Amino acid sequence: MSPVASSTSASDVLVIGSGAIGAAIAYYCTRRGLSVTVVDSGAVGSGTSSQCEGNLLVSDKEHGPELDLANYSLKLWQGELSEHSHLWEFENKGGIIVASQDSSMASLQRALRVQREHGIRVEEIDVAELKRYEPNVTDEAVGAAFYPDDSQVMPMLVTAHLMRMAAEAGARIWPYTEVTGFLRGGENVLGVTTTRGSFWADAVINAAGPWGGQVARLAGVNVPVEPRRGYVLVTEPMEPKVFRKVYAAEYIDNVGSSDGGLQSSPVVEGTPAGSILIGSSRERVGFDTTFNPQAVQQIAANAVKLFPFLAETRILRHYFGFRPYVPDHVPVIGPDPRAPGLWHACGHEGAGIGLSVGTGKIIAQAVAGEQTDLPLEDFTPARFDELSEASA
Amino acid sequence: MSQTVTVTVDGEEITTEAGRTVAAALMLAAQRPAWRRTRFDHDRRGLFCGIGVCFDCLVTVNGEPALRACLIPAEEGMVIETSERGARGE
Amino acid sequence: MSERRCDVVVVGAGPAGLAAAVQASRAGAQVLLIDQSIRPGGQFWRHAAEEHDADPGRWHHGWSTYTALASELQAAVDAGDVEYLCGHHVVTAQQISPAQQIGSAQLQLTIQPVPELAAGARGLMTVRAPAVVLCPGAYDRQLPVPGWTLPGVMAAGGIQAFIKTQGVAPGRRAVLAGTGPFLLSAAASVLQAGGEVAAVCEAANLTGWVPRGAAAALVPSKGAEGAEYIRLLAKHRVPYLRRTAVTAIHGEHRAEAVTLSRLDSNGAVIEGKQRYLDDVDLVGLGWGFVPQSELVVQCGARTRVDVDGSLIGVVDVHQRSSVEGLYLAGEITGVAGATAAVVEGRIAGRAAAREAGYTTGGARQLAAAQRDKVLRVNHRAFAQAMHRAHPLPEGWESWMQQDTVVCRCEEVPYQRLKEAAQTLSAQEPRGLKGTTRTGMGWCQGRMCGTAASCVARRSGAEGAEESAVAVAKRPLAAPVRLADLAERDPSA
Repeated sequence: MSPVASSTSASDVLVIGSGAIGAAIAYYCTRRGLSVTVVDSGAVGSGTSSQCEGNLLVSDKEHGPELDLANYSLKLWQGELSEHSHLWEFENKGGIIVASQDSSMASLQRALRVQREHGIRVEEIDVAELKRYEPNVTDEAVGAAFYPDDSQVMPMLVTAHLMRMAAEAGARIWPYTEVTGFLRGGENVLGVTTTRGSFWADAVINAAGPWGGQVARLAGVNVPVEPRRGYVLVTEPMEPKVFRKVYAAEYIDNVGSSDGGLQSSPVVEGTPAGSILIGSSRERVGFDTTFNPQAVQQIAANAVKLFPFLAETRILRHYFGFRPYVPDHVPVIGPDPRAPGLWHACGHEGAGIGLSVGTGKIIAQAVAGEQTDLPLEDFTPARFDELSEASA
Repeated sequence: MSQTVTVTVDGEEITTEAGRTVAAALMLAAQRPAWRRTRFDHDRRGLFCGIGVCFDCLVTVNGEPALRACLIPAEEGMVIETSERGARGE
Repeated sequence: MSERRCDVVVVGAGPAGLAAAVQASRAGAQVLLIDQSIRPGGQFWRHAAEEHDADPGRWHHGWSTYTALASELQAAVDAGDVEYLCGHHVVTAQQISPAQQIGSAQLQLTIQPVPELAAGARGLMTVRAPAVVLCPGAYDRQLPVPGWTLPGVMAAGGIQAFIKTQGVAPGRRAVLAGTGPFLLSAAASVLQAGGEVAAVCEAANLTGWVPRGAAAALVPSKGAEGAEYIRLLAKHRVPYLRRTAVTAIHGEHRAEAVTLSRLDSNGAVIEGKQRYLDDVDLVGLGWGFVPQSELVVQCGARTRVDVDGSLIGVVDVHQRSSVEGLYLAGEITGVAGATAAVVEGRIAGRAAAREAGYTTGGARQLAAAQRDKVLRVNHRAFAQAMHRAHPLPEGWESWMQQDTVVCRCEEVPYQRLKEAAQTLSAQEPRGLKGTTRTGMGWCQGRMCGTAASCVARRSGAEGAEESAVAVAKRPLAAPVRLADLAERDPSA
């Protein structure tokens, strides 16, 4: 690979960001015969995609475009992409939301009714049934809900293999290549300038995850994506003791929250390799990388309440990632009318891995001029205000 | 110097010199160069780094799982279980 | 959860830590010395309890230095000037943010009892202090080789540690292989413990490296020590094979034989220059040492890659890191051995006490400090020359087989790493970790980190640094029970 892009480097599509979303876009675009270039300021998948859990969830969704995108993505994972399932450890293990108090059970039941009306497959289960699913769960449980469609993948493997398949189909990948500005022709975006030269493209797609807001600002448009930090704890490897994705009933409330302070609710799941992943915290602290012992303490305390055996289990490491948060919790997907030629595919918050393939496919369809399987209007970046002087 | 310590290893009583680590007792008194099985390949492992860094030598002692045999002083009456004979060694 | 306060915390009671604790205490500081082992001495002066070994000094070099430091430590402990907390790990180390600062403390450590030494012990402890001296030492650097997971294959340092504490060798007939003068030291220990040494294989060429050359002249004790090993090996007719490596270890259920290969100038195997050596039940591997750098990385102190490829903390002439109040001494500032570590420990101990408000005056003290400055420079020069003479063989991958396990914990074969590096865009250890699980297991990459960063890293100095930091990034320096994490009071 030459260290500097040639001055004539041009492609149909230029993707900024090589996380799961960028990889999925590259994958689906190359499948439409489009020429694709991907640039990333770091290594492939080195941002959020390597610092998350790999959730494909419907259980945490409310009705609306995000649920549609989740259902659509799930169909892709289980359908046309299923031949690759083994590559990224796809597991349709199902999710369980556990209520440990009568009050949280009541709000869980309310949520279930709404979710069912919108076609989410979910069944309420009693304590006896819960114990059959999860024998090691807390005795405090009063009831639970089971979501058969909740699934899991290994996010780095998703990213790496989608990118590999895109590269095998001709996509060119430029890691350690940071976007420094945009090539413009009047209002139109014609490409990007980077630390390794200029790249021209018919469509430039902002798939920079939590950095998506910064990238948009470089183009002079407002896409209010902000980092939201989340910690995950990893246990020692052990024989299987947690069989599904298990959450506490408070989790749903947290996902939809706009509070910037530290919140956490337990999400516990086993992995094929034997370690248990324990999440998760949510706090808006910018890109702060200093250790927050309070977040780890809360996660640990919550997890032990949900699975008491975890008290004696050892944590080998923990990590955090920045989730691309948007105030209205709807991903930003589609062309930006304020800067023609610029597209966005970011703001998926804690659901980006699961939603990556759906996002990638509808973006590719739109760029190729096809009818999109989901209406892009629901995700339009045009919903945001103009960039104010203060935030520019 | 001549004192001895008797421990139980996978149900068998073993007498070793005082001052031995559990790893040394396994190797010298029980004549077992390996005592842990890995979880994927069921590979045999014993002492490798010898100073508590590699975690290859894990054993269960008095019911407490996943302890480094290279660091534990063998004590009278200790009950040692290894994953080679079924205990949790991971 | 309990909390302690003191003037100076010293982490590690090896050569550097002992010297630092003693020196800071002499200056008048209240010292807390934290160490993982039951007895002081670190890896270098690791020894059995007195009741089990009446003469531990026979296994050691510089034992009189140890006994002097240990008895001064004991006196300081008895006088209440030093609190010596043995059998404890430091799990995390952080700077205290200005908002959380109470009094003069600048750094905060969480520590826990080592579970192997304190059955059933629970809980984390917080320690805050204005000055912390980290002397975390090092462990053997490893390169994988076919058969290295067989029982009977050990780290060279592990063999020596075994002998120093158990008084016998962990095998009957040994081969030591890798690079560096420590192989000679480990071989000497095996001989001294009554074992046989079939060969010592040194991958380096050693042309141009004369143990008593210019650099060695700066540190005469080193030259003498080397000569002593060579004499002992000669007496026992142990072949010292240069430009030779153990490139395969054979055996059904344990190590039984090895293949020795001649290496070319690049450190790659020369085909046709192999020798099969059987009747070997102990193989000791060591490619220099890896300093334990995770606490330094956790604190956010500046690091760099040393000539031997190790990630080390950057310090000034007072052993001060880039983080306020954080001092580093011993292998963490560049692997240079125990004598150098003692000198650095003294310097750091003085400086840390000064940071905490205790100044050492007097002409004698000043002269001693001045002497240490010179010694430090000489030891560094010697160490650099030694590292240059014993490089990691660039061509080590030539002896790997597709199925050779690289990550011992997660059992990741070489082939999977190569595929990830070549087709899955894993260009640095973190990418390899994410795509293959290399380094995700119990040891958190301590055994496979060197190999992983050779297989996947960008070229150039930037790549080497990025790679080394990625491997050393461990938010917990030791495993912690979830119950203990859950109990931790973050405001403490």
